[in-house]
Amino acid sequence: MSKFTLALAQLNTRLGVTKANLEKHLAIIREARTAGADLLVFPELSLTGYVLQDLAHAVAHTPSADDALFAPLLEASHDIDLVVGFVDEGPRHRFYIASAYLSRGEVVHVHHKVYLPTYGLFDEGRFFAWGDEIRAFDTRFGRMGMLICEDFWHASPPYLLWLDGADMLLFTSASPGRGLTAEPMLESARWVEHINRAYASLFTVFVAHANRVGYEDGLNFWGGSTLFDPAGELLAKAPFFEESVTYQEVDLRELHRVRARLPLLRDERTALVQRELARILSQPNRLR
Amino acid sequence: MPNIDLTINTDLARRILTGFIRSEITRIGLQRAVVGLSGGVDSALVCFLAAEALGPENVLAVRMPYRTSSRESLEHAQLVIDATGVQSLTVEITAMVEPYFARFPEMDNRRRGNMMARARMLVLYDQSAAFGGLVVGTGNKTEILLGYSTLYGDSAYAINPIGDLYKTQVWQLSEAMDVPEAVVKKAPTADLWAGQTDEQELGFSYREADRLLYLLVDRRYTPDECVEAGFRRGLVEAVVTRMRRNHFKRLMPPIAKLSNRTIGYDFLYLRDWGT
Repeated sequence: MSKFTLALAQLNTRLGVTKANLEKHLAIIREARTAGADLLVFPELSLTGYVLQDLAHAVAHTPSADDALFAPLLEASHDIDLVVGFVDEGPRHRFYIASAYLSRGEVVHVHHKVYLPTYGLFDEGRFFAWGDEIRAFDTRFGRMGMLICEDFWHASPPYLLWLDGADMLLFTSASPGRGLTAEPMLESARWVEHINRAYASLFTVFVAHANRVGYEDGLNFWGGSTLFDPAGELLAKAPFFEESVTYQEVDLRELHRVRARLPLLRDERTALVQRELARILSQPNRLR
Repeated sequence: MPNIDLTINTDLARRILTGFIRSEITRIGLQRAVVGLSGGVDSALVCFLAAEALGPENVLAVRMPYRTSSRESLEHAQLVIDATGVQSLTVEITAMVEPYFARFPEMDNRRRGNMMARARMLVLYDQSAAFGGLVVGTGNKTEILLGYSTLYGDSAYAINPIGDLYKTQVWQLSEAMDVPEAVVKKAPTADLWAGQTDEQELGFSYREADRLLYLLVDRRYTPDECVEAGFRRGLVEAVVTRMRRNHFKRLMPPIAKLSNRTIGYDFLYLRDWGT
């Protein structure tokens, strides 16, 4: 399948009320299916809300067909592929910020957020366990990779997904707006848009970003979800601060065209990276 | 002097702040807001923001003069009521506080001013119950950092849309929202006694304090680095001391911990829990 329609769902959530959030997901899924979308991406923690604190364990679920939250989502995934954000409770009761890719009634892949920001206004490391894997996975629209917010503030996770074969990066966020200056965009929004364009350009991949909107106490979530193509061009952008579903046709042949012109993937010296990284990490205090 | 630019994008600020007021009021099932309107720029701006967020018919502006309050304050508040079209009410606090003042004639300006600020809080919270709205606060970032407010008086409110804007930025946003010029241009005053102005009482100007606070708070400069950057040491010390001494006004009072789970330490939920 060389062309498909991607939809980015930019929604507000109710904090800690998974049932209400699930109903909203199902309504948006119906709308996106009617509009002809093939893959619908929801933001980080879309089923729970973001600043969960002591609610983290109370809203946790396990992505399986016998889970009350996931059963209807898996059912809905027969008609449209889905990425949803939730709190994953591991078998030994560690709680992860997670994204699940659902397709044809199956859980195709679950990503646990690796980088938990615990500084400034963030306190994720206090409430959540960190993920320890970054893996690309196959979908009916090609090989993809998922990262959650702070994961892509670090350069290595997108790089690893690229080397692991991902041609489309699915980023999700619940990004609190901050940094009001004279500019028409918040600093946080400018930064995220900037690096998403950079990853698309550097790795010649599609980069989709679904960010939520709404408020939790004094925090605003700015939306502005985007899709960049493998040349780093902006294909679609959702409005700032408003709930919306943004649709965009993705032509996977663009990978062929861009990489014929710009063979950055072909020329990437992975053995050199591995050798130099091994050397660097073998030297004590090198990262100090 | 390092580059200090407090200019904000007023369209963006207006959008975020009106969205905040609407979200935080409607998510608990209400539609309405109550604002204490002093005649000054902070409460005028909040009144404009609330009127835009909720519709003027859903905002109640309350003027609460005391016997010695200046006529100008009342008139300036009226300009804001007229310009926004909000509902309004005038409740004199004189009859509430005078019997108490009469019993304790030795009360100085500070005690009397605090008493009046708390009487106004009583009126606002009662009117919020009658009107079915939330009390929207009017303290700006400069005032909160300096602790230039009365605990449980003007610092008591349900939500605050302008508490992350310095006074300089309040002026900028107010101009952009067409708050009446007479309100924006006049010298800031708590109007607790005749002829009082904030800047005279504080001993420095807001424009100067804002630039210093920006370095100290937003840019994490040390006090010595602020002096190196060109600020008078006396000013730096006065501001740093005020900030530290008044920190208690910015926190919920501490609860003595006894159990394994204590409110304020390890019982952590946002105010918006479940909404």
